[in-house]
Amino acid sequence: MDNRNFSDYILHLADNVLILGQRNSEWCGHGPVLEQDIAITNISLDLIGQARSLYQYAAELVGNGATEDTLAYLRDARQFKNCLLVEQPNGDWAHTITRQFLFSVYQRLLYTKLLQHSDSRLAAIAEKSLKEVTYHVRWSSEWVIRLGDGTAESNERMCKAVETLWPYTGELFLPSSYEAALGKEGLAVNVSSLQADWEQQVREIFSEATLPYPPSGIWMQRGGKEGIHTEHLGYILAEMQFMQRAYPGLEW
Amino acid sequence: MSIRELEQIFLDKIDREIKIEPKDWMPDQYRKTLIRQISQHAHSEVVGMLPEGNWITRAPTLKRKAILLAKVQDEAGHGLYLYSATETLGVTREQTINDLHSGKAKYSSIFNYPTLTWADIGAIGWLVDGAAILNQVMLCRTSYGPYARAMVRICKEESFHQRQGFEILLVMSKGSPEQRAMVQDAVNRWWWPSLMMFGPHDSESTHSEQSTKWKIKRMSNDELRQKFVDMIAEQVKFLNVTLPDPKLKWNEARKHYDFGEIDWEEFWNVVKGNGPCNKQRLDARRKAWEEGKWVREAATAYANKRAARMKQQVA
Repeated sequence: MDNRNFSDYILHLADNVLILGQRNSEWCGHGPVLEQDIAITNISLDLIGQARSLYQYAAELVGNGATEDTLAYLRDARQFKNCLLVEQPNGDWAHTITRQFLFSVYQRLLYTKLLQHSDSRLAAIAEKSLKEVTYHVRWSSEWVIRLGDGTAESNERMCKAVETLWPYTGELFLPSSYEAALGKEGLAVNVSSLQADWEQQVREIFSEATLPYPPSGIWMQRGGKEGIHTEHLGYILAEMQFMQRAYPGLEW
Repeated sequence: MSIRELEQIFLDKIDREIKIEPKDWMPDQYRKTLIRQISQHAHSEVVGMLPEGNWITRAPTLKRKAILLAKVQDEAGHGLYLYSATETLGVTREQTINDLHSGKAKYSSIFNYPTLTWADIGAIGWLVDGAAILNQVMLCRTSYGPYARAMVRICKEESFHQRQGFEILLVMSKGSPEQRAMVQDAVNRWWWPSLMMFGPHDSESTHSEQSTKWKIKRMSNDELRQKFVDMIAEQVKFLNVTLPDPKLKWNEARKHYDFGEIDWEEFWNVVKGNGPCNKQRLDARRKAWEEGKWVREAATAYANKRAARMKQQVA
């Protein structure tokens, strides 16, 4: 096994959940109703917890004194390997819900496959995370339905959110170079194999939500998994990494 | 039964330390006082999420980020318990929140100060939550049942909050000169506003006397403040910083710390809306509420549709 590919793979998984957790945490104190402020913060906490487990593992693989915090706080945007979807701005509640839903359905399919991974540490992280992810799928599905089938305004907002975020979903099923290389040895999930199930599950919820399923043939953006991001990520990192950059090497 | 008899039963319960419950008769003024106090307390929890929330996205490590998120989430939970306690007195959450947004209802003035550095997050936990706990421990024995029970739950979580704040400062106080300076600066800025949290002197406090008689309040503002000063003056020794009060000194005869006078002009100005962040805090709450309007409407519309469909199915 190529160690670099495997640590990149773990970093990719970690970056996905860290960046989405960071985005969701921006809602804390600003949610549309107190119960949902708590819910989105809770999801953020789950995701950051998952990120920590993955970074701790990646730090061991990378070596050279890496820690969960050097990996999260001292890499620049080009080294981050998260999908473009998770770095998209919160927008309104419809955008946040849609982003969460599209990602969580994918994450559940992916982590279910990871349960079978020959690397027991990764399989264990997937198992622990799946309980949380299953709840994220349920919570976000309920909101997609509620907003899609709520008022004319909420339906319109959901349609806009789907339209905005849809071009970032294609990348989820496009293996990166490290996934492709590891895949040959059975050490990475073949993400393209998840697409049909993902589409079916999203389609079912959209149908219940009275939301149109986007037509095929929409141009899909890509690059996040290889470190080519949207302009948003630089600002996320500038904010998130501020303390470690301004006061390097200290204990907090 | 006459009002006098009802009042006698009520006072008798207060005397015998039996909790007043939502369905019990209570004097109008008792109800009004509680609505004012509990909703103010609920608003303080919710507005209090903002200054700390200000550092969630910039927390210096992943562990600190997770702890802070959990803490601010707890505050939201406390807000929920307290809004529910207010509802037992016959006002809806929406009415209560409208009073906050219109400026009619107050919240703790401490949250009108800005969080400027990471050390402020430590100082809030240690000083602000430390001050709040003293008040809340007292309120666990308050005469109104739902309020007292909410407080018991809240107190359990608050002690974790104070410890995490102190721990942030403790780690920093053992760090670099920059970190130590940051701790001292935060303590300098948060010390006096924390003392103000206990409210005006007993002699100036408008609501205190009746509240004490009804056992809503069980210790006076000045008593609680003294207790706080005595506690913090000892804890600060572990942080290698000083409290910004040249008059702070142990008084052997009183067995308490003496301390300087609060700047009451600042206190009253912040209460009246002139604090550094009064406007920003209220604007942030109003914005969240207004931008959430369509979400709440959609949730209600969907719930109604669903209920109608279920009814149809049954029929």
